[in-house]
This record gives sequence, C-alpha cells and structure tokens, in this order.
Amino acid sequence: MPILEVRNIRKTFDRTEVLKGIDFTLEKGESLSVIGSSGSGKTTLLRCLNFLERPDAGSITVNGEVLLDCSDPSTLNESQIRRKRLHFGLVFQSFNLFPQYTALQNVMLAPELHAKEEHVHNFDREALREEAAGIFADIGLYDRMNNYPHQLSGGQQQRVAIARALILHPDILCFDEPTSALDPELTGEVLKVIRKLSEQNTTMIIVTHEMEFARDVADKVIFMDGGIICEQGNPRDVFNNPREERTRQFLSRYSQK
Amino acid sequence: MDTILEQLPVVIGALNVGFLQTLKLFAVTLLGAFPLGLIIAFGSLSKIKAVSVATQFIIWIIRGTPLMIQLLIVYYFPGLVLHNPIWGGGEQGRFLAASIAFIINYACYFSEIYRGGIQSVPVGQYEAGLVLGMTKGQIFRHVTLLQMIKRIVPPISNEIITLVKDTALARIIALQEIIWAGQAFMKGSHGISGAIWPLFFTAFYYLVFNGIVTVLLAGLERKLDYFR
Repeated sequence: MPILEVRNIRKTFDRTEVLKGIDFTLEKGESLSVIGSSGSGKTTLLRCLNFLERPDAGSITVNGEVLLDCSDPSTLNESQIRRKRLHFGLVFQSFNLFPQYTALQNVMLAPELHAKEEHVHNFDREALREEAAGIFADIGLYDRMNNYPHQLSGGQQQRVAIARALILHPDILCFDEPTSALDPELTGEVLKVIRKLSEQNTTMIIVTHEMEFARDVADKVIFMDGGIICEQGNPRDVFNNPREERTRQFLSRYSQK
Repeated sequence: MDTILEQLPVVIGALNVGFLQTLKLFAVTLLGAFPLGLIIAFGSLSKIKAVSVATQFIIWIIRGTPLMIQLLIVYYFPGLVLHNPIWGGGEQGRFLAASIAFIINYACYFSEIYRGGIQSVPVGQYEAGLVLGMTKGQIFRHVTLLQMIKRIVPPISNEIITLVKDTALARIIALQEIIWAGQAFMKGSHGISGAIWPLFFTAFYYLVFNGIVTVLLAGLERKLDYFR
C-alpha cells in the first residue's frame, strides 16, 4: 500500500484552473521531485497536501486513511484538519522562522504546545530538548541553536526550518522550492541536508528548480505543466529520455542556463 | 497671601490632588482601551462582512467626532434626554462617565493601530504555525502577538502621550483634574483668587509625566530590539 495516494486533485482560483486533476502515489521512503515552470501548479499542489488550500475536487489518502475527499463532506470538517495536516510537514521557500524565538525555541515550540494542549502529565521537556539538539547536530547547527533567526544566514535558517518540520515526525515531508530564496553559494548546505534525509529513507516531496539535484536524489520525478502532470517516472527516464515534447522543451531550457 | 512664593505650597497641594485624578483617568483609559481596542481590531478584520462593516462604522463615528462632544454626550445624554441620570451628580459619577468616553475613544484609535500591526506580520508566519499544527489562538498568542507589539510600540507611544494631555478635556464635565484645579485659583480657591499662574503651572506636571512615559516606552522599544 502506498503511503500517499493523491486522486484527481483540482483547484480553481478566480476562474483560473490551477490544478486540473492530479493523480500520483508515493511509497514509504521514496523521495519525489516535482519540476515544472513557474505557474504550473507545483506550489498549489503542495499547499493542497498541507491543507493550506482546499481542493475543489479529489482525494488525499495517507496510510490508507482518507484525509480528504471532496465528495465526502464528513472529511472536510475544519476541526479535524489540524490533526490531519500533521501527516505532512512543509518547508517554505521563505523559511518563515519565528523571529522572536531562538533556533532551538523555533523547533521546540510546536511539540511543547501540543503536549500542553493534550495535558501530557509527564511531558519530558528535557527529552524533547535532547531530541532537538540531536537534529541540530545532524544538520550541522549544534553550535548555533541558541541564535535568533536574524543572526543566521539564509542557508542556516532554512536548515532550522527543516529541523522544525522534522521534530513533529511527519509521514511525508514537503519542500516548496527550498533553495529558491537563497544566494547560490548557500544552496549546497541545504541540499546536502535534504540529500541526507533521502538517504535515511525519509518520505519526501520536493518542489524544486535544481534539476541536477532532482535527478540525483529523487526516486521519482513528476513534470508538471499547465496544471496537469505531463510526465512522471524514475529520474533517469524523465531526464534522459523524456517521452513528452513539453518535457523535452522544459529540460532543454534548463540545460542552456 | 500675595507673593507666588507664599501661594506655592497651597497651589502645589491642590494641583497634586487634581493631578492624581488626571493620572487615574489616564491609567483607567489605558487599562480599558488596550483590550477593547484588540476586540475592535478583530471586529474590523472579521471575515463576516456585517461585523467588519458595523465595526468600521463605529470607528468612523468615534474618530470622526470630537472627544469633547463624546464626553458631553456620555455624561448628559442619560439624564437630560432619557431622564435617567445614571451618573449621579458627584465626582465619582463624572469620573465614571469620563472613563467610558475616553476608553471607547482611545480603543478605536488603538484598534486601527493594532489592525495595521496584525496585517504587517507576514502571512507566512501564520501559515508556518498552521502546518506545525497550531490552533489559530496559539498562533496569535505565540507567534503573531509579540511581532505585532514590536511594530505598534512607536505609534501607540504617540497615542499614549496624546492621552496624557487629552485627559484635560474631562474638565468640560467638571471632572476635578489638574486643569480644573489650576483654573479654580482664578475664581477663588483655598483663599487665593485672581491668580492665573497656577493654571499655567499645570503644564509642568504634564511635561514631567510625559518625560517619564517617553523614557519607559523607549525602554520597551529597546527591549523588543532583540529580534527583527
């Protein structure tokens, strides 16, 4: 059984159909790269998966549980969405760290609030702190975890944002162009972290413009164009022998850069 | 008593009593208007059209008319028009009426500052909270609020300093604040009459107090300087 099953997702903004029926599945431990030009619907798709946008049609199933089915109103209950979206993590293009908290506090805030809300009596703050410190060590920021976001470089901030998503143990970790807001010399350190996560078999969906990275890291590639999945398959096939003319054109535009 | 030097202790004593009333009105207004302004800000940001339109209508009325008229209406309307003088005739009633007029007036000004503050926090902050599974309330309290406060300290400081001086308007319903106390020496008070200098001297109280307020607010601004 796939960990994620996306069926016929459609989304229209002000009469513009941004997603015109998206279908794909993802197996546990796989990393999926989503490529395509700006405006092809990649970001909207990620936002639908994270319940930041509600699709007009379609269904999202994780581990066999139907999280959202637009034809079944009982799955659209606003109060359950919060629990459902925790199946997914999302790393934003612009990091969106909370500026008033240190890197460590950014990472610990959500799990602390969840524990408080669920009235966990023996909430072990120290264990959480240790787990967070472990993640900081993994992403190479152990000695910076008490810094505030404005004291960190863009690449460091994005790595903290990844840590903040990881500590909630999402089933599927989504990245929305994680390096697009970074200076070129800072993209490497972020991609390295994502590559390492992929090697640890983290299930991931990465919307990216880094073609080389998509080819090397992903187990599966989706090329989107005009709100549909134009082509999907394993990276070698899609990048080296694209079946669709549109994919070929897109890739050749990128290789010229 | 003829020389200013001889009048001074008596005048200071009377002005102190008046200034205490000024400070009370100042403090009560802030205590009431800070939270009420937030409620009004949520109202004007409401997604329910009727709520936001009604709230903005009220803000328009309150900001569009003089505070002095609002004071007179709050104080005299119940007794003279409704024939139900709820405030009584005493100083306590006048203080209550003045407090209500000031709180409503300042809450409307604060609400617009809050609204600007809330809207200036990037939507990405809210969305980051959402994808981390936080509730709207948690996001407001733990993410948005402090960022909003940091942004609104300078404009709110302006309002607070204006409020210190606006309290003098309560004189119109004979609240015995410091201007009232100073003016009384013209007609005659504490055995002194025909003296205008005590009225001029009240400015010194405002000046000193606003100096203290300015230093405190600058301190708060510095305290919030640790993040960007």
